[in-house]
Amino acid sequence: MANMKTMFDLNQIDSQGGRVDVVSNEQPRAAKNALEVRNLNFFYGAFQGLKNINLDIEEGKVTAFIGPSGCGKSTLLRTLNRMYDLYPGQRAEGEINFYGQNILEPGQDLNLLRSRIGMVFQKPTPFPMSIYENIAFGVRLYENLSRSEMDERVEWALNKAALWTEAKDKLNQSGLSLSGGQQQRLCIARGVAVKPSIILLDEPTSALDPISTGKIEELINELKHEYTIAIVTHNMQQAARVSDYTAYMYLGSLIEYGKTDEIFIKPKRKETEDYITGRFG
Amino acid sequence: MNSSPSLSMSGAKAIRIARKQRIQDFLFHAITQFFSLLVLFALLGIIVSLFINAGPALQEFGVGFFFDNEWDIINGKFGGLIAIYGTLLSSAIALVIAVPLSFGIAVFLTEICPSYLKRPLGMAIELLAAVPSIIYGMFGLFVFAPIFGDYIEPALQATLGKIPFLGILFSGPTNGIGMLCAGLILAMMILPFIASVMRDVFEIVPPVLKESAYGIGCTTWEVVSNIVLPYTKTGVIGGVMLGLGRALGETMAVTFVIGNASRISPSLFAPGSSIASTLANQFGEAEVGLHFSSLFALGLALFFITFVVLALAKIMLIRMEKSQGTRT
Amino acid sequence: MSQVANIDQAVFAKRKRTNKIGLILSVLAMGLGMIFLVWILSVLFIKGFSAINLNIFTESTPAPGTEGGGLANAIVGSLMLIVSCTLISTPVGVLAGLYLSEYGDRGRVAGVTRFVTDIMLSAPSIVIGLFVYALVVAQNKHFSGWAGTIALALIAIPVVVRTTENMLRLVPGSLREAAYALGAPKWKVAFMITLRAAQSGIMTGILLALARVSGETAPLLFTALNNQFFSTNMNAPMANLPVTIFQFAMSPYDNWVSLAWGASLLITFAVLGLNILARVVFREKVQG
Repeated sequence: MANMKTMFDLNQIDSQGGRVDVVSNEQPRAAKNALEVRNLNFFYGAFQGLKNINLDIEEGKVTAFIGPSGCGKSTLLRTLNRMYDLYPGQRAEGEINFYGQNILEPGQDLNLLRSRIGMVFQKPTPFPMSIYENIAFGVRLYENLSRSEMDERVEWALNKAALWTEAKDKLNQSGLSLSGGQQQRLCIARGVAVKPSIILLDEPTSALDPISTGKIEELINELKHEYTIAIVTHNMQQAARVSDYTAYMYLGSLIEYGKTDEIFIKPKRKETEDYITGRFG
Repeated sequence: MNSSPSLSMSGAKAIRIARKQRIQDFLFHAITQFFSLLVLFALLGIIVSLFINAGPALQEFGVGFFFDNEWDIINGKFGGLIAIYGTLLSSAIALVIAVPLSFGIAVFLTEICPSYLKRPLGMAIELLAAVPSIIYGMFGLFVFAPIFGDYIEPALQATLGKIPFLGILFSGPTNGIGMLCAGLILAMMILPFIASVMRDVFEIVPPVLKESAYGIGCTTWEVVSNIVLPYTKTGVIGGVMLGLGRALGETMAVTFVIGNASRISPSLFAPGSSIASTLANQFGEAEVGLHFSSLFALGLALFFITFVVLALAKIMLIRMEKSQGTRT
Repeated sequence: MSQVANIDQAVFAKRKRTNKIGLILSVLAMGLGMIFLVWILSVLFIKGFSAINLNIFTESTPAPGTEGGGLANAIVGSLMLIVSCTLISTPVGVLAGLYLSEYGDRGRVAGVTRFVTDIMLSAPSIVIGLFVYALVVAQNKHFSGWAGTIALALIAIPVVVRTTENMLRLVPGSLREAAYALGAPKWKVAFMITLRAAQSGIMTGILLALARVSGETAPLLFTALNNQFFSTNMNAPMANLPVTIFQFAMSPYDNWVSLAWGASLLITFAVLGLNILARVVFREKVQG
């Protein structure tokens, strides 16, 4: 468990909003990988959902996973915070190194891990409590804040999610009283409030209207300055708009991975090109 | 300052919290598991205590107890047949009457009823199912039995009572109180329950299935008998058996009107006893000894019969769930 | 050549007739059911209301042969039994339901528990009375309100367990996952998220269990028995409405029979009231 300490000491944000690396004081830092996936295989019972995935997710950048339905992109996302662990019969083999520490190793404290790697889901899932409590819930799990500190944190998180002006007068109302797009931004605020290192977004806008989608894409562009983001999307244009790196997956395998501009303009593999030009899927 | 607040904790503190959470989760699992097992323990406890207390009677009379139709408190000779017969017969009468009526009600509620009436009528049936059984007992004793004895029993005796062989079922004094009356009151009691279950089960039928039958010109009745009923038959049987289970164990509705006579008569008009009515009437005064123990033996028989019926019902309902993909 | 198929009019007419007969029988069945409902309830109201007066609430049950009297001790006794039954069966039932829904997909023990719970739901209540007698009354050598409470709890707990589990299962998995994704431990997810999301459904289950238990007579016959006098001592026989009805109904005394009807009306009000309340609570959840 001693290694878990580094999960917290790393990647803190200082008062100017800049990155602070507690471990080493070198500045500027070389590009670093938040997550390194090595030889990852994933099984739903007997069915193999992911085949030998190898990729790096660079810190401070947005990485998008695209591919047709059933290609494994959501499966891959859900291994990154070990969400699959909730379901017996699902298992992963291989290595996923989170700042050098393999999170697939047995004996990991999953709750701690998930507080450092946040997730926003496809369907907005506000908790059955007030807007304030929605955000305070996650923060209270690991931090002991005074009332004014918590107020500050809630305001900060809602600002980050561009929801503060709309929500500030109804903090005590139920989270369910917000519209769909607002609920999703609340979920993003909730995820951001606990200050994770990485935020995973699983098709965050597919249940929303175009205007809300646009707002959330703006959000992602803002958030990427401070967080590492991995996003699964079935909307290729969204991936092109929002991400720095893109991974194209098909039937459980990683077909191609690289800078977004390169993938969309000059993909190296024919399968990638076929998908991007809409020849199938 | 509008700058972002920093994370106010260190890794060490986080680890302490994580460790505490592990313990909390372990306790959560243990406590909830314990309480869920309580129900299992209760069932086992019931079986064990019934056996222990019925022991003396079973030792004295052997398994033949359940087939012996003597119940002589004074001389200490006991047999369970009278009560078991009463329980089975009254429940059978109740089923024979309640099942077709419930079926009719369920068909009405799902196929015939205008939609604005569906909710209130459905709710009326469900409320009827909630009325406590002692009310049915009161109703039976003070209102139904007198009318039954004054008008309906004589009428039955004058008509069906004249048929050879069958007539003996309708012979004897027409007091109202008796096996048939108990069966009827029981029928009234389980009718709303079975009707609700059947209606719930009928509503699970996919509309598409019924529409395809209507589409080739089937009448409503044909759709019900050829599509709905076969589709739901396991659920319907399960519901009927649940109703049977309730009828078998029913105490108050039966005790008031069955007459509490310790004998078996061929006539349906005659008084009799059920296991539950025997227990309700005699347990209070029974002294520890063979009487007491025989009563427990009756309780054991009732529990066993009910358990088998309910287990079978549950298995059928589970089978229907599996094939339909729904939960009841 | 005519494109119309040859319809055999006789066959068609027969089918129509069968349909008509079947549907008429169904309507008759419904009518019969409604007649029973109206008949029973109106008899209950008429006979019950004529027995209700202020004395019901102020005086205790009368001794055999004495005039007048009321139901005060039985009402208070029933309330005490029901309240203490609720206090026991709610936490036990909810926690057991939590176990079955949050841990119950793994392992056969959960499956067996569910099966047994469903059977206990419909188990004959008089046998439960026998069991509690053997367990509690025989050991203590006297009847008591606590024994009655335990017997009622054994009947209420399966109802609460079942509704709790069903309501918890209706909570979407994504809500739980969202809480886990923040790093919440399982017990917090269960209590603060899942249970809260299902709370009105669970309350409905508790109300329904209460309604069921309010009308039960058989389990009290050998446990709480009955008490002619006013008493709030749960360690002694406890007066209650159902057993009072049982004792008074088949007696030769007119005022006893009248009181039995009054008690029947009170119980029915309570049971139907709780049922309707449960529905209202549940409907608010679905809409709100």
